[in-house]
Amino acid sequence: MKTFLIHTVISFVVAYQFFQRTDWLSYHARSAGGIFMLAFAVLWITTLLYNRAYFRKMPKAIFFILYILKEIFVANLRIAYDILKPRYAINPAVLAVPLDAKDDLSITLLACVVALTPGSIALDVRQDRRVLYVHMLYIDDDLDKAKHQIKHGFERRILELTT
Amino acid sequence: MLNNLDSFLLKETISSVFILVGVAFMLIATIGLLRFPDFYIRMSAITKGSTLGLGLILAGLGIYFDHPAMLLKVVAIISFTFMTAPVAAHVLSRTAVQNKIPFWNKTNLTDFQSYLKKEHRSEKKVDEERAK
Repeated sequence: MKTFLIHTVISFVVAYQFFQRTDWLSYHARSAGGIFMLAFAVLWITTLLYNRAYFRKMPKAIFFILYILKEIFVANLRIAYDILKPRYAINPAVLAVPLDAKDDLSITLLACVVALTPGSIALDVRQDRRVLYVHMLYIDDDLDKAKHQIKHGFERRILELTT
Repeated sequence: MLNNLDSFLLKETISSVFILVGVAFMLIATIGLLRFPDFYIRMSAITKGSTLGLGLILAGLGIYFDHPAMLLKVVAIISFTFMTAPVAAHVLSRTAVQNKIPFWNKTNLTDFQSYLKKEHRSEKKVDEERAK
């Protein structure tokens, strides 16, 4: 995390200075973003020498963000279709999802991701931090299947990133 | 065909599509706010719809202006919205549970009974202590 923030700042400064000092690329959002990405990728390759864990986790983090965006979009389409139908076919339930995540950061991340995918809100964490209560809209008579979906889809990926 | 394509027109078309889709998502989320039966379902309809709608509108804006400073601001606003919107939804719905806002009568609450009982018992304790 610390490495990521430092790399972001360094590549921002690199991209800024690049356009200050040279002018063989036009000053557009595309070219500036490209230079930023290039500096970031070069820094990512250098971590092979001093921070192997970061080198391994970065592609996983990018795939995780893409997965969340896809999930948000698909589920938003589903809920929009349900709103526009004359009779809504929602079947809400409150799930008690058992947590494997122990530390604050991963529980917070999991709750945020669950809240971002439409049709589910994290209501509360039990006092001993073993259970997350999630309010979900689309349950097909099988609570365990939905729990497995949350645990396997989101929690596994978050644990891969934070541990 | 691709050579005589006007790049400005292309940019404007793409950004218009983004902004229109975003506005449509926001509109549908607002209709959901009016239609759905209880507080929790309304919360989940409105927070997500407006988050995605705002993200798409800002992305369209960034594409249209195509300027690095604009891109930076757009990325910052989108990431902060995506960080803060779930926290706001969580706080609101947790407060609603603690204030005993009722669930819709078709909601499956089997997993939640123990939590509700505990909350109510602790409230009773607080009331008794106050009475003393």
